[in-house]
Amino acid sequence: MAELNIVLTNPEQGSTREQQLIAQVQRGQTEFFYELVRPYERRVYAAALAILRNETDAEDVAQEAMLKALANIRQFRAESRFSTWLIQITVNEALMRRRRERTRMTEAIEDNRDEEGEYTPRDFADWREIPSEALERKEVRQKLAEALASLDRKYREVFVLRDMEQLNIQETAEALGISVASVKTRLLRARLMLRDLLAGGWERGWFSRLPFEKGTKPW
Amino acid sequence: MVVNCEKVWKEISNYIEGDVDTGLRAAMDDHFRTCKKCTSVLQGTRNVIQLYSDERMIEVPAGFGRRLERRLVQGARVRRRAWSSWSAWLVPVAALALIAGGLRWANSLTVAHPLRSEHAQASRNIPPDMPVVVTEGAKEFHVAGCEFIHNKDKVRTLTAKEAIREGYVPCVRCMRKYLQTASIPFTFEALEASSGGTIGVEEWVHGQ
Repeated sequence: MAELNIVLTNPEQGSTREQQLIAQVQRGQTEFFYELVRPYERRVYAAALAILRNETDAEDVAQEAMLKALANIRQFRAESRFSTWLIQITVNEALMRRRRERTRMTEAIEDNRDEEGEYTPRDFADWREIPSEALERKEVRQKLAEALASLDRKYREVFVLRDMEQLNIQETAEALGISVASVKTRLLRARLMLRDLLAGGWERGWFSRLPFEKGTKPW
Repeated sequence: MVVNCEKVWKEISNYIEGDVDTGLRAAMDDHFRTCKKCTSVLQGTRNVIQLYSDERMIEVPAGFGRRLERRLVQGARVRRRAWSSWSAWLVPVAALALIAGGLRWANSLTVAHPLRSEHAQASRNIPPDMPVVVTEGAKEFHVAGCEFIHNKDKVRTLTAKEAIREGYVPCVRCMRKYLQTASIPFTFEALEASSGGTIGVEEWVHGQ
């Protein structure tokens, strides 16, 4: 079976423009910083949102994290990916914000333990290939966002960092301060739960090329 | 090795990650060839990963990029200012260090009298050849006729340059107009700027 190369490859590796920009900012030419982080601004926001679940807080934390990255740019070492470094700073910043908010609001502590026992898939609808243009439709993106938002925090965070932000398992564990084994367990559940939540959508035609493909005309 | 559906569901995420050993991978591949349910779960899970990994899945609030850029530009400006004021500090500090070193060296070689006051350097804007008067036992030098001269009958006339070299400091009353700029930080630029009609204290000390 073919492996999931699309997800696992590293798109920005060997990007010389990025290396140039990093060197320039490290030398004090801070005016190049926005150009450097711009390709990742959406991912930084998504990481903050996954943890905070509030758009205003997520935007503020995204900005704070970028400023922190600027302040510490000399500490960035070329061995790691710049995007990963940026996301890790963001996750850290968001977790700190949440901890602060929680102490203030004395919110109930969420269960952070991993579930015992296996997850059994419920829906075996046959998904084939999903046309990528399905995502052009706001309705589809909306459904996917709702499904993700319905996951428990511990599953959502791991899924967002690994599958949306494309940190590796080890980096995800480090960013969240949990074990590699926990990341793997939570990732399995998150993926299978999302699959179950969305499997019905395949039959309902969310992911088909055109909404009226099966003879149901919209007019 | 033979695996059942439960085992496949447990390992399916690791399988997609490429994080299973060759024996298990082969057994799972065998299972997928015969089990429609598990193939459907595998395909669905891959679809999930592929859909969510798409950049289009991330929606940012309207104006997000613009607001971020504005805040980063501000932040960068603050950082630059902090750095330039720090480096601006270094210039006068280095200059003072050099001058202090120079003065000490000059004192050890040529100056008979030590500077009578650390305020002596404030007199750098006084024209060096201006005639001034001093009296023994006082620290200041004055314009002749200044009402603040003590022991007016024992005055000695000399040039400002000589008075400074002997360690006298300017009288703050009669020399006021030369001292108004004395609060300007002592920098190389100030020394260079004063090298026209007036000279810096370092040159006075060295003599000409």
